[in-house]
Amino acid sequence: MAGKVITITSGKGGVGKTTVTANLASALAMQGKKVVALDADIGLRNLDVVMGLENRIVYDLVDVIEGRCRLRQAMIKDKRQPELYLIPAAQTRDKMAVSPSDMVLVCDQLREEMDYIIVDSPAGIERGFRNAIAPADQVLVVTNPEVSAVRDADRIIGMIEAEEKGPGKLIINRLKPAMVERGEMLSIDDVLDILAVDLIGVIPEDEAILIASNQGLPVAMRSLNGSSASQVFRNIALRVGGETVPFVDLTVKGGLLTKLSSWLGGR
Amino acid sequence: MSWMERLFGSKEKSSATAKKRLQMVLIHDRSDVSPGLLELIKDDIVEVIAKHLEVKKENVVVNLEQTTSESMLVAEVPLLTNGRVRPQ
Repeated sequence: MAGKVITITSGKGGVGKTTVTANLASALAMQGKKVVALDADIGLRNLDVVMGLENRIVYDLVDVIEGRCRLRQAMIKDKRQPELYLIPAAQTRDKMAVSPSDMVLVCDQLREEMDYIIVDSPAGIERGFRNAIAPADQVLVVTNPEVSAVRDADRIIGMIEAEEKGPGKLIINRLKPAMVERGEMLSIDDVLDILAVDLIGVIPEDEAILIASNQGLPVAMRSLNGSSASQVFRNIALRVGGETVPFVDLTVKGGLLTKLSSWLGGR
Repeated sequence: MSWMERLFGSKEKSSATAKKRLQMVLIHDRSDVSPGLLELIKDDIVEVIAKHLEVKKENVVVNLEQTTSESMLVAEVPLLTNGRVRPQ
Protein backbone atom coordinates (compact mmCIF):
# COMPACT_ATOMS: atom_id res chain seq x y z
CA MET A 1 0.00 0.00 0.00
CA ALA A 2 1.40 3.39 -1.00
CA GLY A 3 -0.11 6.39 0.72
CA LYS A 4 -0.98 9.58 -1.08
CA VAL A 5 0.67 12.92 -0.28
CA ILE A 6 -1.68 15.91 -0.45
CA THR A 7 -0.22 19.37 0.05
CA ILE A 8 -2.39 22.30 1.17
CA THR A 9 -1.02 25.63 -0.01
CA SER A 10 -2.17 29.15 -0.97
CA GLY A 11 0.50 31.73 -1.63
CA LYS A 12 -1.18 34.33 0.53
CA GLY A 13 -1.08 33.91 4.28
CA GLY A 14 -4.11 33.78 6.53
CA VAL A 15 -6.56 32.24 4.07
CA GLY A 16 -7.06 29.06 6.11
CA LYS A 17 -4.44 26.49 5.05
CA THR A 18 -3.90 25.18 8.56
CA THR A 19 -7.62 24.94 9.29
CA VAL A 20 -8.16 23.04 6.04
CA THR A 21 -5.23 20.72 6.79
CA ALA A 22 -6.47 19.90 10.29
CA ASN A 23 -10.03 19.32 9.15
CA LEU A 24 -9.23 17.37 6.00
CA ALA A 25 -6.89 15.10 7.99
CA SER A 26 -9.56 14.63 10.67
CA ALA A 27 -12.33 13.94 8.16
CA LEU A 28 -10.23 11.35 6.31
CA ALA A 29 -9.36 9.68 9.63
CA MET A 30 -13.07 9.56 10.50
CA GLN A 31 -13.61 7.57 7.30
CA GLY A 32 -11.27 4.97 8.75
CA LYS A 33 -8.19 6.02 6.80
CA LYS A 34 -4.70 6.10 8.30
CA VAL A 35 -3.71 9.75 8.17
CA VAL A 36 -0.77 11.87 9.22
CA ALA A 37 -0.89 15.67 9.16
CA LEU A 38 2.56 17.15 8.60
CA ASP A 39 3.30 20.77 9.50
CA ALA A 40 5.85 22.07 6.97
CA ASP A 41 5.72 25.64 8.27
CA ILE A 42 9.09 25.50 10.03
CA GLY A 43 9.49 28.30 12.57
CA LEU A 44 5.79 29.19 12.61
CA ARG A 45 4.24 26.01 13.90
CA ASN A 46 0.46 26.16 14.21
CA LEU A 47 -1.11 22.91 13.12
CA ASP A 48 -0.49 21.55 16.64
CA VAL A 49 -2.70 24.18 18.30
CA VAL A 50 -5.46 23.93 15.70
CA MET A 51 -5.57 20.17 16.29
CA GLY A 52 -5.27 20.60 20.06
CA LEU A 53 -2.10 18.53 20.35
CA GLU A 54 0.33 21.27 21.40
CA ASN A 55 0.95 19.83 24.87
CA ARG A 56 2.15 16.48 23.60
CA ILE A 57 5.03 17.51 21.37
CA VAL A 58 8.38 15.92 22.13
CA TYR A 59 10.06 15.67 18.72
CA ASP A 60 9.43 17.52 15.49
CA LEU A 61 10.07 17.27 11.75
CA VAL A 62 13.57 18.75 11.98
CA ASP A 63 14.49 16.24 14.71
CA VAL A 64 13.55 13.46 12.29
CA ILE A 65 15.51 14.97 9.41
CA GLU A 66 18.58 15.58 11.54
CA GLY A 67 18.45 12.08 12.99
CA ARG A 68 17.69 12.92 16.62
CA CYS A 69 14.68 10.60 16.67
CA ARG A 70 12.97 7.97 14.60
CA LEU A 71 10.05 9.01 12.41
CA ARG A 72 7.58 7.11 14.60
CA GLN A 73 8.69 9.06 17.70
CA ALA A 74 7.76 12.37 16.09
CA MET A 75 4.26 11.15 15.20
CA ILE A 76 1.82 12.36 17.85
CA LYS A 77 -1.25 10.18 18.00
CA ASP A 78 -4.57 12.00 18.10
CA LYS A 79 -6.50 9.88 20.58
CA ARG A 80 -9.88 11.03 19.29
CA GLN A 81 -9.47 9.00 16.10
CA PRO A 82 -8.15 5.47 15.63
CA GLU A 83 -5.46 6.38 13.11
CA LEU A 84 -4.71 10.11 13.05
CA TYR A 85 -1.23 11.50 13.68
CA LEU A 86 0.54 14.85 13.66
CA ILE A 87 4.17 15.55 12.85
CA PRO A 88 4.78 19.06 14.16
CA ALA A 89 7.10 21.64 12.64
CA ALA A 90 10.15 22.84 14.56
CA GLN A 91 9.44 26.16 16.23
CA THR A 92 12.96 27.45 16.77
CA ARG A 93 14.42 26.78 13.32
CA ASP A 94 13.83 28.23 9.88
CA LYS A 95 12.86 26.88 6.48
CA MET A 96 16.46 26.23 5.50
CA ALA A 97 16.66 23.39 8.05
CA VAL A 98 14.61 21.30 5.60
CA SER A 99 15.21 20.64 1.90
CA PRO A 100 12.78 19.40 -0.76
CA SER A 101 14.62 16.06 -0.89
CA ASP A 102 14.31 15.72 2.92
CA MET A 103 10.56 16.09 2.51
CA VAL A 104 10.45 13.48 -0.24
CA LEU A 105 12.42 11.05 1.95
CA VAL A 106 10.21 11.55 5.01
CA CYS A 107 7.00 11.28 2.99
CA ASP A 108 8.19 8.18 1.16
CA GLN A 109 8.69 6.53 4.53
CA LEU A 110 5.24 7.66 5.69
CA ARG A 111 3.61 6.34 2.52
CA GLU A 112 4.50 2.81 3.58
CA GLU A 113 2.30 3.00 6.66
CA MET A 114 -0.30 5.67 5.95
CA ASP A 115 -3.16 6.11 3.49
CA TYR A 116 -2.81 9.88 3.44
CA ILE A 117 -0.09 12.37 4.30
CA ILE A 118 -1.58 15.88 4.47
CA VAL A 119 1.13 18.56 4.29
CA ASP A 120 0.44 22.07 5.61
CA SER A 121 2.50 24.47 3.51
CA PRO A 122 3.77 27.83 4.73
CA ALA A 123 2.60 30.98 2.96
CA GLY A 124 4.84 32.41 0.26
CA ILE A 125 6.58 31.04 -2.82
CA GLU A 126 10.01 30.48 -1.30
CA ARG A 127 11.84 27.48 0.12
CA GLY A 128 9.06 26.48 2.51
CA PHE A 129 6.55 26.25 -0.33
CA ARG A 130 8.99 24.23 -2.44
CA ASN A 131 9.59 21.89 0.49
CA ALA A 132 5.86 21.38 0.91
CA ILE A 133 5.07 20.57 -2.71
CA ALA A 134 8.16 18.44 -3.41
CA PRO A 135 6.58 15.19 -2.15
CA ALA A 136 3.01 15.99 -3.31
CA ASP A 137 0.87 13.69 -5.43
CA GLN A 138 -1.92 16.25 -5.32
CA VAL A 139 -1.88 19.95 -4.41
CA LEU A 140 -4.93 21.74 -3.04
CA VAL A 141 -4.90 25.54 -3.26
CA VAL A 142 -6.87 27.44 -0.62
CA THR A 143 -8.15 30.91 -1.46
CA ASN A 144 -10.68 33.44 -0.20
CA PRO A 145 -13.11 35.23 -2.51
CA GLU A 146 -11.13 38.46 -2.53
CA VAL A 147 -8.80 40.11 -5.00
CA SER A 148 -5.46 39.64 -3.22
CA ALA A 149 -6.02 35.98 -2.31
CA VAL A 150 -7.23 35.04 -5.80
CA ARG A 151 -4.29 36.81 -7.42
CA ASP A 152 -1.84 34.87 -5.24
CA ALA A 153 -3.72 31.63 -5.90
CA ASP A 154 -3.26 32.21 -9.63
CA ARG A 155 0.47 32.59 -9.16
CA ILE A 156 0.69 29.48 -7.02
CA ILE A 157 -1.35 27.45 -9.53
CA GLY A 158 1.15 28.48 -12.21
CA MET A 159 4.09 27.44 -10.03
CA ILE A 160 2.49 24.09 -9.20
CA GLU A 161 2.20 23.42 -12.92
CA ALA A 162 5.77 24.56 -13.54
CA GLU A 163 6.90 22.02 -10.90
CA GLU A 164 4.84 19.37 -12.70
CA LYS A 165 2.64 18.87 -9.63
CA GLY A 166 -0.45 20.15 -11.38
CA PRO A 167 -3.18 20.67 -12.01
CA GLY A 168 -3.93 21.94 -8.51
CA LYS A 169 -7.46 21.82 -7.16
CA LEU A 170 -9.18 24.75 -5.52
CA ILE A 171 -10.76 25.24 -2.11
CA ILE A 172 -12.67 28.50 -1.66
CA ASN A 173 -12.71 29.39 2.04
CA ARG A 174 -14.67 32.05 3.95
CA LEU A 175 -17.40 32.50 1.38
CA LYS A 176 -20.26 34.69 2.61
CA PRO A 177 -23.31 33.67 0.57
CA ALA A 178 -25.32 36.74 1.64
CA MET A 179 -22.60 39.08 0.36
CA VAL A 180 -22.33 37.13 -2.88
CA GLU A 181 -26.06 37.49 -3.36
CA ARG A 182 -25.82 41.26 -2.84
CA GLY A 183 -23.09 41.39 -5.47
CA GLU A 184 -20.51 42.52 -2.92
CA MET A 185 -18.33 39.40 -2.94
CA LEU A 186 -16.77 37.37 -5.76
CA SER A 187 -18.95 34.33 -6.42
CA ILE A 188 -17.72 30.77 -6.85
CA ASP A 189 -18.29 31.15 -10.59
CA ASP A 190 -16.31 34.40 -10.69
CA VAL A 191 -13.33 32.75 -8.99
CA LEU A 192 -13.50 29.66 -11.21
CA ASP A 193 -13.77 31.82 -14.36
CA ILE A 194 -10.63 33.64 -13.37
CA LEU A 195 -8.52 30.72 -12.18
CA ALA A 196 -9.76 28.00 -14.57
CA VAL A 197 -9.11 25.10 -12.19
CA ASP A 198 -11.17 22.28 -10.71
CA LEU A 199 -13.06 23.05 -7.53
CA ILE A 200 -12.80 20.52 -4.70
CA GLY A 201 -14.40 22.44 -1.83
CA VAL A 202 -16.32 25.54 -0.77
CA ILE A 203 -16.24 26.48 2.90
CA PRO A 204 -18.69 29.14 4.03
CA GLU A 205 -17.66 31.63 6.69
CA ASP A 206 -18.84 29.96 9.88
CA GLU A 207 -18.29 30.85 13.53
CA ALA A 208 -18.22 27.16 14.35
CA ILE A 209 -14.83 26.86 12.62
CA LEU A 210 -13.22 29.54 14.81
CA ILE A 211 -14.87 28.18 17.94
CA ALA A 212 -13.51 24.73 17.12
CA SER A 213 -10.01 26.18 16.61
CA ASN A 214 -10.29 27.96 19.97
CA GLN A 215 -10.96 24.60 21.55
CA GLY A 216 -8.37 22.64 19.64
CA LEU A 217 -11.02 20.35 18.23
CA PRO A 218 -11.22 20.40 14.42
CA VAL A 219 -14.81 21.14 13.42
CA ALA A 220 -14.87 18.07 11.16
CA MET A 221 -14.81 15.93 14.32
CA ARG A 222 -17.95 17.54 15.67
CA SER A 223 -21.24 15.75 15.35
CA LEU A 224 -23.20 16.78 12.32
CA ASN A 225 -26.06 18.20 14.36
CA GLY A 226 -26.30 21.78 13.29
CA SER A 227 -22.80 21.93 11.87
CA SER A 228 -22.74 22.44 8.14
CA ALA A 229 -19.03 23.26 8.43
CA SER A 230 -18.42 19.71 9.61
CA GLN A 231 -20.27 18.33 6.59
CA VAL A 232 -18.35 20.58 4.21
CA PHE A 233 -15.00 19.13 5.34
CA ARG A 234 -16.29 15.58 5.25
CA ASN A 235 -17.41 16.18 1.67
CA ILE A 236 -13.96 17.47 0.71
CA ALA A 237 -12.47 14.32 2.23
CA LEU A 238 -14.78 12.16 0.12
CA ARG A 239 -13.83 14.07 -3.03
CA VAL A 240 -10.14 13.66 -2.19
CA GLY A 241 -10.86 9.93 -2.08
CA GLY A 242 -12.22 10.13 -5.61
CA GLU A 243 -15.94 10.19 -4.86
CA THR A 244 -18.36 12.49 -6.62
CA VAL A 245 -20.18 14.48 -3.95
CA PRO A 246 -22.57 17.31 -4.84
CA PHE A 247 -21.67 20.73 -3.45
CA VAL A 248 -23.90 21.90 -0.61
CA ASP A 249 -26.29 24.62 -1.72
CA LEU A 250 -25.06 27.78 0.01
CA THR A 251 -27.43 30.27 -1.56
CA VAL A 252 -29.25 32.28 1.04
CA LYS A 253 -32.73 31.69 -0.24
CA GLY A 254 -32.10 28.03 -0.83
CA GLY A 255 -31.62 27.72 -4.54
CA LEU A 256 -33.37 30.76 -5.99
CA LEU A 257 -30.11 31.67 -7.60
CA THR A 258 -27.39 29.43 -8.91
CA LYS A 259 -27.29 25.99 -7.41
CA LEU A 260 -23.89 25.00 -6.20
CA SER A 261 -24.55 21.53 -7.44
CA SER A 262 -23.93 22.83 -10.94
CA TRP A 263 -20.23 22.78 -10.15
CA LEU A 264 -20.35 19.07 -9.69
CA GLY A 265 -17.98 17.43 -12.12
CA GLY A 266 -17.72 19.69 -15.15
CA ARG A 267 -14.66 21.86 -15.00
CA MET B 1 -29.30 43.47 -8.64
CA SER B 2 -33.00 44.16 -8.18
CA TRP B 3 -35.30 45.15 -11.04
CA MET B 4 -35.46 48.69 -9.66
CA GLU B 5 -31.70 49.04 -9.87
CA ARG B 6 -31.72 47.52 -13.32
CA LEU B 7 -34.43 49.92 -14.45
CA PHE B 8 -32.95 53.10 -13.10
CA GLY B 9 -29.33 52.11 -13.48
CA SER B 10 -27.00 51.93 -10.52
CA LYS B 11 -23.33 51.87 -9.96
CA GLU B 12 -21.46 48.64 -10.49
CA LYS B 13 -21.40 46.19 -7.61
CA SER B 14 -18.05 45.71 -5.92
CA SER B 15 -17.85 42.03 -6.91
CA ALA B 16 -18.00 43.00 -10.59
CA THR B 17 -15.29 45.60 -10.01
CA ALA B 18 -13.18 43.01 -8.21
CA LYS B 19 -13.55 40.54 -11.06
CA LYS B 20 -12.55 43.08 -13.72
CA ARG B 21 -9.56 44.28 -11.70
CA LEU B 22 -8.42 40.70 -11.14
CA GLN B 23 -8.72 39.84 -14.81
CA MET B 24 -6.60 42.84 -15.74
CA VAL B 25 -3.91 42.25 -13.14
CA LEU B 26 -3.69 38.54 -13.95
CA ILE B 27 -3.16 39.18 -17.65
CA HIS B 28 -0.02 41.08 -16.67
CA ASP B 29 1.02 38.62 -13.94
CA ARG B 30 0.69 35.60 -16.21
CA SER B 31 2.56 37.07 -19.14
CA ASP B 32 5.13 38.85 -17.00
CA VAL B 33 4.49 42.01 -19.04
CA SER B 34 4.12 45.14 -16.92
CA PRO B 35 1.95 48.11 -17.94
CA GLY B 36 5.23 50.08 -18.16
CA LEU B 37 6.64 47.64 -20.73
CA LEU B 38 3.46 48.00 -22.79
CA GLU B 39 4.02 51.77 -22.87
CA LEU B 40 7.57 51.24 -24.18
CA ILE B 41 6.31 48.83 -26.84
CA LYS B 42 3.63 51.33 -27.80
CA ASP B 43 6.18 54.10 -28.28
CA ASP B 44 8.35 51.83 -30.45
CA ILE B 45 5.40 50.72 -32.58
CA VAL B 46 4.38 54.34 -33.13
CA GLU B 47 7.93 55.25 -34.09
CA VAL B 48 8.23 52.44 -36.67
CA ILE B 49 4.86 53.03 -38.27
CA ALA B 50 5.30 56.80 -38.27
CA LYS B 51 8.23 56.36 -40.64
CA HIS B 52 5.76 55.27 -43.29
CA LEU B 53 2.32 56.50 -42.30
CA GLU B 54 0.85 59.38 -40.33
CA VAL B 55 -0.37 58.03 -37.02
CA LYS B 56 -2.81 59.55 -34.52
CA LYS B 57 -0.27 59.07 -31.74
CA GLU B 58 -2.57 60.00 -28.89
CA ASN B 59 -5.12 57.35 -29.91
CA VAL B 60 -2.76 54.40 -30.18
CA VAL B 61 -3.70 51.57 -27.80
CA VAL B 62 -1.54 48.55 -27.00
CA ASN B 63 -3.08 45.88 -24.81
CA LEU B 64 -2.58 42.31 -23.70
CA GLU B 65 -5.57 40.07 -24.17
CA GLN B 66 -5.99 36.60 -22.81
CA THR B 67 -7.86 33.63 -24.14
CA THR B 68 -7.82 30.26 -22.41
CA SER B 69 -5.01 29.07 -24.65
CA GLU B 70 -2.82 32.11 -25.31
CA SER B 71 -1.92 35.70 -24.53
CA MET B 72 -2.10 38.13 -27.41
CA LEU B 73 -0.59 41.56 -27.85
CA VAL B 74 -3.18 43.72 -29.58
CA ALA B 75 -2.25 47.10 -31.01
CA GLU B 76 -4.70 49.59 -32.45
CA VAL B 77 -2.98 52.24 -34.52
CA PRO B 78 -5.40 54.77 -36.00
CA LEU B 79 -4.07 56.67 -38.98
CA LEU B 80 -4.39 60.37 -39.58
CA THR B 81 -5.22 59.93 -43.26
CA ASN B 82 -6.78 57.00 -45.05
CA GLY B 83 -3.46 55.27 -45.12
CA ARG B 84 -1.81 57.51 -47.69
CA VAL B 85 1.97 57.35 -47.63
CA ARG B 86 3.49 60.43 -46.07
CA PRO B 87 4.94 62.74 -48.69
CA GLN B 88 8.73 62.54 -48.72
